[in-house]
This record gives sequence, structure tokens and C-alpha cells, in this order.
Amino acid sequence: MSIVSLLEVTDLHVGFSTADGLVQAVRGVSFNIESGKTLGIVGESGSGKTVLTQTLLGLAPGGQVSGKAIFGGTDLLTVPPDQMRKIRGAQISVIFQDPLTSLHPLYRVGWQISEMIRAHEKTVTKAQATARAVELLGRVGIPRPAERVHDYPHQFSGGMRQRVMIAMAISLAPKLIIADEPTTALDATVQAQILDLLLRLQQESDTALIMITHDLGVVADIADDVMVMYAGRAAEKAVKHDIFYEPHHPYTKGLLESIPNSSAAGGRLRPITGQPPSLINLPSGCAFHPRCAYVMDRCLTDEPALTAVGDAGVHRSACWLPAAAIGLTEEAEAQRRRMVEQGRNEAAVKIAEEIAARPEAAEGSVVA
Amino acid sequence: MSDIMPSDTAPIGSLERSLQDDVLVQVDNLVKHFPVRGGGLISRTIGQVQAVDGVSLTLKRGQTMGLVGETGCGKSTLARCIAGLIPVTSGKVAFDGQDITNLSRRAMQPFRREIQMIFQDPYGSLNPRRRVGSIIGDPFAIHNIHDGQKRKSAVQDLMERVGLNPEHFNRFPAEFSGGQRQRIGVARALALRPKLIICDEPVSALDVSIQAQVLNLLADLQDDFGLAYLFIAHDLEVVRHVSHDVTVMYLGRVAEQGPRATVYDSARHPYTAALLSAAPAADPEAAEARQRIILTGDVPSPINPPSGCRFHPRCPKAQELCGRDEPALETRLGDPASHLTACHFPVQDGEILARGSRRDPR
Repeated sequence: MSIVSLLEVTDLHVGFSTADGLVQAVRGVSFNIESGKTLGIVGESGSGKTVLTQTLLGLAPGGQVSGKAIFGGTDLLTVPPDQMRKIRGAQISVIFQDPLTSLHPLYRVGWQISEMIRAHEKTVTKAQATARAVELLGRVGIPRPAERVHDYPHQFSGGMRQRVMIAMAISLAPKLIIADEPTTALDATVQAQILDLLLRLQQESDTALIMITHDLGVVADIADDVMVMYAGRAAEKAVKHDIFYEPHHPYTKGLLESIPNSSAAGGRLRPITGQPPSLINLPSGCAFHPRCAYVMDRCLTDEPALTAVGDAGVHRSACWLPAAAIGLTEEAEAQRRRMVEQGRNEAAVKIAEEIAARPEAAEGSVVA
Repeated sequence: MSDIMPSDTAPIGSLERSLQDDVLVQVDNLVKHFPVRGGGLISRTIGQVQAVDGVSLTLKRGQTMGLVGETGCGKSTLARCIAGLIPVTSGKVAFDGQDITNLSRRAMQPFRREIQMIFQDPYGSLNPRRRVGSIIGDPFAIHNIHDGQKRKSAVQDLMERVGLNPEHFNRFPAEFSGGQRQRIGVARALALRPKLIICDEPVSALDVSIQAQVLNLLADLQDDFGLAYLFIAHDLEVVRHVSHDVTVMYLGRVAEQGPRATVYDSARHPYTAALLSAAPAADPEAAEARQRIILTGDVPSPINPPSGCRFHPRCPKAQELCGRDEPALETRLGDPASHLTACHFPVQDGEILARGSRRDPR
């Protein structure tokens, strides 16, 4: 890579010991992000997307962490807590899903924003901080900011509270904003307002944005690059266009096919069968194989590494299917099916039969 | 499977029923206001939350009516009124040709079998300390149908039908994942072979791949048992997928109502158009090409709704008339008679409401 990345995460592992065993929440994830870009991290509940980013910020205490996360020359995974406290908020800030529980109910929002400013910039007076809070509330589109700055969180609606969170997140002009499901709790029209605001602020200040979401629609809307996570690993990484139109990993393909779309209203959806695995007892080989319609023998024993697929070289997928079998075309499908036929013996055939026998399996979706 | 319920109890044939044989639920001008009481020693009513304010809808047998709207538009209140869970302020709910508005508990009992609900939160709607077999068997217990071994086998049939392993009869809800818990909720709703299931955000809490499994299950059950659904959701793509007809609500009133295809393809109400343009589609090219209507502000308080058209303070097309006169819900711009819109200045075909693309060309 010739361009210096703002954040470069290499082979990050995070585990938590519990009474039931070691929960392998993140298992070797690498990515980097540049200024002014948006990385969408997509995955279902329990795929490790939130643990991943909280670890970067030192917000996941008790984890067994290994790997590297270089941000502006420092490794976020090894910096001492007091130095991390200087980075968090000032250089990397976070927007959480639920703005009501992230704001303190007993303090005025203006106080909460100015506290953040004063914690990092010791020379700022209270009056200056409040003036900046007013300006920030105005920037995120809260009407009458000079009055609203004295209101409590409960006096704001959900969308307005999320705007307050965003005002707080941008208050110190961070280089990187991590937004963890920022619009999931909001209505569609409000979600559109908030995404619009995030994009505008990002364009104004060249901030990098990591958008964690389970909603592919949000990713389609604002991401530049996308990382799809499954069971603590990156299943596929690519520019947005390739994820949506040239997917390689069967999990990505399955997610796209699960979404109701306008062209097939009323028809049958093609869900991914089964449930995500337990992160304590992960399946052998590829963690997705017990749900994969294209399961082959080697998937049961060997875990595929993230390797380049397609032409450009930036598109990477962790799957044993041939690198050329990308996309949703019939040709790619035929290629996948040929490969699966060659790659299957008794063991994989048995699993494929189990998958096809599940009540939720759609007809013809499993290569039998 | 068919022995779970004794038989499809033949409804009383009346002239009214034969006239509108395919209508299952008829809601006429339903109003539900909640009083707001002041503090102090003697609490008096100081206002009304106009949660539902004059809504009419018709749900046909074996079909799905999608109910869309944002938080606080009254869609859940409307569903609870139809299910008879809360008394209505005025208006009429007819089920299967019979008026069921504000019936007494005893008179309502037979209709409770016919109308079931599935809730949003698969965690909160199942008692964590009871075994799923007994949760699913509850409707049988309440209505005195089957006992002992027969009830157990009926419950196991239901579990199998909704894609659960019947051997898991003795497990607790905590031992199931979110999608499986929603299946438990579906099995419980299905137990008495209702004619109507009210689904209040049934898939909102589920991951996409699991959401698709549950939507397919609901579609299969509709085909097999001729169920009608009142399907409440805020996800417009999900509603488009499941519904035959759609009702769009705003602040307690119907903004637009009609068959799915016409409402989605030629939305007349600016609010519907804004909702549709705001819903994120999982398709980057469509997202790029779309003209987005970004509404300003929030939904006003239902205690003090705006005068005239309730949407006018946020409407990109609002004119002076809109603040004065409430528009009637009627057919506009040569739409089919089933497509109703409450707007003085409905959106023309091909009209663009957006303020232009927000994206800088890159």
C-alpha cells in the first residue's frame, strides 16, 4: 500500500474467558482505513463487529488481545490507559446505537458536550466550552441551539439525541469516528437525516468513518469499502460495488439474497439456513460450513484464508470456491456448482443433505 | 395436523356476511384517545393523546394488510384496538361480519380464539421460567381444548410445523436463539387456528438471514391455513414483500391506503414518498440514483396535532390550504378506486420532490 493508512489493524484476536470456555469473539481480523473514507463493517449479532472496535478503543476490558492496531504511529492495543484516554474522544470518537443510554439523564446536554471539550483541552473556560457546544449543536442541525443547550436528554427526540451524540463525537475534530449501529433505533426518515448529516460532516472535515451495522441498506448508502464479518473473522472484503454486485463468499451472497427486494415482492426469500455458531465451540474448518449451500470436503477441515479474488486485487474472500466464481450470474453459479461436485465426498454430502433438509431451506438453494 | 382444533367452526351466516364474504376485519372511523392527567391532588384531564384519530380499513380473508408509519403514529394502538385489548373511544370494529367493538370479556372470549398476536420482542414475550411446551400449550389450556397426552402431541405438531424440533418440548426459552423464539411465538399464535394474526414488528429484532426464515414461515402458514395478517413494520421493504394492501399512517390518521403495487409504485402522499425515498435499499446504484426527500423536523406531539393536514409542517408541498383544511381520504389523480390518499396536492406521476442529490460528485 503506497498511501499511509490512518488506522492499520493487523491480525487482531480477542478472546474472553468465561465459565463455559474461551469465547473467541474476534479471530484474526486485518483492515486499514484512510482519511475521508468510510469502511462499513457488516455482520449479524455475535459476528464480533462491536468487540472489534471496542477493543481498539480500550473499551473491552478483560479480553485476551493479540495483534496490532497502529493509529498515528502508536499501537492502540498496547498504549497505557492514561494515554488511551487522550486519544479516545479527541482523535477517535464513538457514536453508539442507543443515544438515550449513552447520554447522562441528569445532566444538561450542553454540560455533557462541554465536559468532553474541557476534559481534553484544559485551557478552555466553561463559557468558551458552552459557546462551542452551542455552535456544535447548530452544526448538527438542532434548531435554536442556544436554548436547547440547557435542555436535558429526555427533552430531545430519538433523532435529536443522536444528533447530540454526533455533536459530542465531532467536538474535538477527531481523525476517526466509529459509529456502532448509529441509526438502528431510529425511524426511516430520521435515519436518512442522520446518515445525511454524517456524510456531510465527513466531507467537511475529511474524517475517516467506520460504520458498524447489520443493515446492508445503510452500507449501500454511505460506505466506500465493506468488510463482511462472520464468527469473528472477515468473510469478505471489497469496495462497495463488488460486495453488492460481485460477491464471492457464500455468506455475503446469502445475506444479499435474504433481503426482501422490490423486484420479487411476494415471492419466497432465500434465507441462510440454520443459526450462527457458538463462539465457544466453533465448527471445524470454515466456520460457515454448517450453513453453507456450497459445502465441500476441505471446508470441514481447513479454514480458508482471506485471499484475492476477481481482477482488481483489492477484493478478498475467505472461501475455498475458485477465485473466478464471483458474482450472481448463472455462469458463476455453474462454475461454483462444478467445483462443489468435484470437491465433495461422503462427509460434505452428508452436511449438504442436512442443510437441504432444514425446514427453512429454500428449494434449489443447496447444491445437492 | 388438522386434529389440533376440532373443526373450523362454521360462522353464523347472515345477510351482511354473505354480502361481503371476503372481508374479515372492517374498521370504521376508529378513534382512540388516551387522557392526559395533570399532577396535583385532584388529577383532572388536561388533554388527550390522539393516538388513533378516525382510521378505517378493510382486511380481506387470507390476505395481508401492511401497516406502516413512524414511531408514535398509532399503528400499535390501532392493532390493540382491533384485538380488543384496549377499549376504543369511538368508531367500530367488525370481525367476520360481527361488531366486536368494546365487547365484555365474556362476549369477547370466542373472538379471542380467532384473533392472535405475535410481538416484536421474542425475549420479552415469552415467560423465561416456563417450558416452551407449556407456553405453546397455553391457548389450549385457556380454551379447554385437549388435555394430557393429546395436548402434548398437538403442541409437538405445532412445533414441527413452525420448524422447531418437537423434542425440545421441555426446554426453556433461554435455550433458543432469537429466530427460534419468534417461531415459538408463531406456534403459540397458531395453536387455536385463528383467522387473523396481528404481527407487531415480528422480524424487527432479528438478523437479516433469520428474518427471511421467519417471513417465509409466515407466508407458508398463510397459504396453508388461509390466515389473514395485520402486519405492522417500519421496514418498508419487508412490508412490500408480505403485503397485499398497505396503510400508511401519520400521527393517528391514514395518509395513504391501497393495494401494494399502486402505493409503492405511485405514492401520492408526500409522506409516503418521503418514507419510500428514505428507506435504505441494499443496492448501491439505486441508492446513488435515488432522489431523496429529507424531511425536516420530527413528528409533532399527538397531544397537540397540527391543524389541517397533520403532515403540513414537514411537507415539502405544503401550501396555505393545508394548514386550514383537513384533506379527505379519497381517490386522487385518477387512481383505482381502492387507492386512497389524504392530500390536497397529491404527488403527480414523475414529479420530483427531492431537493437534489446530497452527494458531491466523486
